[in-house]
Amino acid sequence: MKREQLYGWGHTSPSVAEVSEPGSEREVSDALITNGSVLARGLGRSYGDAAQLAGGHVLVNRLLTEISPISPEGVITLGAGVSIDELLQLSIPQGWFIPVTPGTRQVTIGGALAADVHGKNHHVDGSIGKHVLGLHLVTPSGAFNISPEEQADLFWATLGGMGLTGVITNATLRLLPIASDQVTVDTLRFNNLDAVMEEMVAHDNDYRYSVAWVDCMTKGASLGRSILTRGDHAPRGASTTLNGPKPPRLKVPFFAPRGLLNQLSIRTFNEAWFRRAPKERSGELQRLSSFFHPLDGVSDWNRLYGKRGFVQYQFVVPDNQSDGVRRAIELLSASGVPSFLAVLKRFGPANPSPLSFPLPGWTLALDMPVGPSALPTTLDKLDDLVLEAGGRIYLAKDSRLDPSKVPAMYPRLGEFQAIKERVDPSGVLASDLSRRLELLKR
Amino acid sequence: MENAFSQPQSVVVLGGSSDIARAIVKKLAAARTRNVVLAGRNQSLLDVAAKEATDAGVTSTSTAIFDANAPLDAGRVVDTCFEKAGDIVDLVIIAVGHLGDQLVDEKDVAASVNMVNVNFTWPVAALAQIRNRLLEQGSGRILVISSVAAIRVRRSMYLYSGTKAGLDRLCDGLADSLEGTGVSLQILRPGPVRTRMTEGKKEQLFTQDVDNVASDTIKELSSGKRVITSPPILEYLFAILRHLPAPLWRKINEDR
Repeated sequence: MKREQLYGWGHTSPSVAEVSEPGSEREVSDALITNGSVLARGLGRSYGDAAQLAGGHVLVNRLLTEISPISPEGVITLGAGVSIDELLQLSIPQGWFIPVTPGTRQVTIGGALAADVHGKNHHVDGSIGKHVLGLHLVTPSGAFNISPEEQADLFWATLGGMGLTGVITNATLRLLPIASDQVTVDTLRFNNLDAVMEEMVAHDNDYRYSVAWVDCMTKGASLGRSILTRGDHAPRGASTTLNGPKPPRLKVPFFAPRGLLNQLSIRTFNEAWFRRAPKERSGELQRLSSFFHPLDGVSDWNRLYGKRGFVQYQFVVPDNQSDGVRRAIELLSASGVPSFLAVLKRFGPANPSPLSFPLPGWTLALDMPVGPSALPTTLDKLDDLVLEAGGRIYLAKDSRLDPSKVPAMYPRLGEFQAIKERVDPSGVLASDLSRRLELLKR
Repeated sequence: MENAFSQPQSVVVLGGSSDIARAIVKKLAAARTRNVVLAGRNQSLLDVAAKEATDAGVTSTSTAIFDANAPLDAGRVVDTCFEKAGDIVDLVIIAVGHLGDQLVDEKDVAASVNMVNVNFTWPVAALAQIRNRLLEQGSGRILVISSVAAIRVRRSMYLYSGTKAGLDRLCDGLADSLEGTGVSLQILRPGPVRTRMTEGKKEQLFTQDVDNVASDTIKELSSGKRVITSPPILEYLFAILRHLPAPLWRKINEDR
């Protein structure tokens, strides 16, 4: 074990913990026999403090990497320490894709399940939990094979449970068959928010994947101007060889100087991004990685935000409160707080997980550099707006929510706590996130 | 836990009835601070500060009494405060200090010792245990209230500015010792402030209200700046003043 300072991807509030890398299930269960606190960590891609545990013991889960062959039905069992990147390197050449991927491949399977990640296909395919056939969970009161059929309540509490129910050591997923390593993409540009939302309601269901990039710094008639990209896996192409993702081409070597990303530079970037996009284009073929993981082309891109880091704010509001999206963008635009092009998408039905983020409606995610003095209160006001609309914010992204608002955003928190208490009666599993948001009973 | 904007949830204040500390706690309570432990000399003053914190939005307050003339007891006081805080302590503010009456104290052995104890020895002793506790925690922030008077010791208040200078320099090294530990220390150097401590004394140039000091502090807590000067302009003014030739320095301090 070594003492190490751990950060989230947003590089905001680090803390120091004893860190080790367990190489076997035995080492995981041994670590859970303690008077202290323990938490599993993957690749540290959650934005805030979800994978940190000040003064505790953090198990970096990167050595549990056993992978089974892919069955003819696309079923695979893999160690929780395998990253989505590593899975895709192996599965794409064999004609299989992960059924749900977040915006980066650099997350572990364990982390993806703990956050119950979603992707551009949530409106059709749900979050990753829906594609998990079963998993192995090591808890302070023993190890369990759990699935939607076996100990379903513990299974669903673990999906989206932010690592607080135990340490996932492996999982069995059903992969998606693909005939090519490309995506057929249709792009549309809209001059305002209403137009893009109308189009998404009308035709999102014609596509497996759909996402809009929204400019949250524009006002008036062009408030929320957007670029909508939608697509589906391309049919078999001329080439029969399917290639896995390539390693990042660029690297940010240093933390950018303070203030590089300011209101002016971000506004300029947003403008250029918007103008670069075609008004309308259909049938464009894109590589899987450039469609799903555009930011993975630059490793350590979070350093562009400088040493003070950035926060990501992601919320969802229910379908009948779609006006909440407009009001949120109005609030942001009026506050003058700089934010990069935000990601807007539609969520389909939720899964049975008590702490899973998605619910049927609209989700908006934006990145904002820490620094502007108006930012903390602007986000507090956004929380109120989201809460009033019956929505919630995503725990895997959070680094600043007021804990008093959590029970209203996650009304099934008590149910989650009861299940957690059953497998972890003395409260060994914790995180900086769970402490800050008071997710666990004291 | 502290959040991404360096807003603490749980705060311990040593010198809890200090006007500057009270103003800072009020602003912290408007953000995320819900749990505050106030330690000081005088229970009734602490009770007033605790009531004020509650009115500002803090949901749990407790108090502890200590004697700054008993530095060997400081470790126990720190432990008591951490136990009362219950969970992780995000921020410890050291606001212990005594301005004294220079012209009287400088002739008096006991009064001189008292100045060193209150402004230097007790805070240093407490810092040893605060450092231990926060390192064990793996996170936390220390704010030490120094003074611009610590930048260059002057005749008219050499006991106060000299003892603050000692604390200020020591904390610079202490802060270095914390790099990469998840714990950090920041030094607050306010200029002249209207407080109980300065009541009845002649008002100096750049005298400001505690509210300004608190605002400057909150702003720089999140930037992580090692030395916070309030008002910020004094940082530049004192960069010049500290290098003035001694006769000139004495001259400009004569009538103050």
